[in-house]
Amino acid sequence: MRRWGWIHKWSSLVCTVFMLLLCLTGLPLIYHHEIGHLLGNEVEVPALPAGASQARGNIDAVLASAQALYPSKIPMYISMEGDEPAIWNVTLGDHPNDEHYKPIAVDARTTKVITEPAFEGGVFMSTMFRLHVDLFAGLPGKLFLGFMGLLLIVAVVSGVVLYAPFMRKLDFGAVRRERSTVIKWLDLHNLLGIVTLVWVFVVGATGMVNTWADLLLKYWQVNELAVMLKPYEGQPRIEKLASLHNAILRAEAAEPGMKVGFVAFPGTPFSSPHHYGVFMRGDEAFSSRLYKPVLIDAGTGAITDQRELPWYLTALLLSQPLHFGDYGGQPMKLLWALLDIGTIIILGSGLYLWLKRNRAAKPVKKKQGAAREPALAASNEAS
Amino acid sequence: MIRTPSQIWGAPILLGILTTIGLVAALLGDGVWDLVSAITLGVPVLAGIWYGLRRAPRRQ
Repeated sequence: MRRWGWIHKWSSLVCTVFMLLLCLTGLPLIYHHEIGHLLGNEVEVPALPAGASQARGNIDAVLASAQALYPSKIPMYISMEGDEPAIWNVTLGDHPNDEHYKPIAVDARTTKVITEPAFEGGVFMSTMFRLHVDLFAGLPGKLFLGFMGLLLIVAVVSGVVLYAPFMRKLDFGAVRRERSTVIKWLDLHNLLGIVTLVWVFVVGATGMVNTWADLLLKYWQVNELAVMLKPYEGQPRIEKLASLHNAILRAEAAEPGMKVGFVAFPGTPFSSPHHYGVFMRGDEAFSSRLYKPVLIDAGTGAITDQRELPWYLTALLLSQPLHFGDYGGQPMKLLWALLDIGTIIILGSGLYLWLKRNRAAKPVKKKQGAAREPALAASNEAS
Repeated sequence: MIRTPSQIWGAPILLGILTTIGLVAALLGDGVWDLVSAITLGVPVLAGIWYGLRRAPRRQ
């Protein structure tokens, strides 16, 4: 038990500050659509005059409208949200990996530009997002936060081990308010820790998996994608791209029942220098989370290959909704926010208890110099 | 009185199972699945709020 106490103390202490940051920045991210609406950064679908066709327009014309704004830039991605078929999101850049890309929202029906949305949803949301994802430090920042996520999981598991001896003399949910502030917060820490246990574990673990997204994608490119693209090695660069509209029609015909999620243009990480990577997804709750890539020769417009994503990318895609809490409507968002606040209280009370213990324990140690009772056992005796 | 393991772990295991159902249900479908998810995920949240905020606990 003493060993578990040590593990719980140190795994928590190291990650607590970062976990507090992640919980605080994650809170607005749960409501990023609503905040975007309030700040006016969310793209609104223009109302068409009565009788106008709601059908999807020509996608090459969509692309041309976007490019007319930045004639010197090349398209990187074009994407469509599953629940918003009226908007194409086009990103243009100076090169296929441009981090300072220009996002442009185009009406899928009229093929006219709607607006240039604020980069990453505006300054506030962008700051929250960066702090949450990589601390403005790119891949090293992501992996660092992933390691903090691992420590959180260790802290959760060790906390569960400590829960049983702690609760030997208490009923479930007991909070001893009458004894002392420390005891009260210790009980609250244990109560909230145990009721949020599975949620914190899942959100922590899926968050950690998400920090590996770049690496998993890289692995996929080097392995599976490279095999699919073997015949194209050493071919000259494509000068004139084939029609994207026809490419998407062909991909849709090849994958009945699926819709296009996004298209990666030649040279981007999701494609090759010679291909449109057309990523199809299903139109049901579960299947809409998973993508199936159809590679289309960007010179001829013919399908090169189509196959399922490997298990590790499927796992990555499934871990995203479980981390974001964006798959159950407004009730789920509210529960996500409440559980997030609960986690903030657990982290804060844990820190408080450590500070109190530390201050209380030091003089004792000096006087006796003997082995102390493990912190939690000691508090149990006090009850 | 020392609690038995089933007394200690009964409620946490039940809440854990409900949370798991809640997390998975909404992934599998929309509509009624989302409703199932909201209810099962709501139980641990309500338990936390109820026990965390209630006054005058029972004497032991």
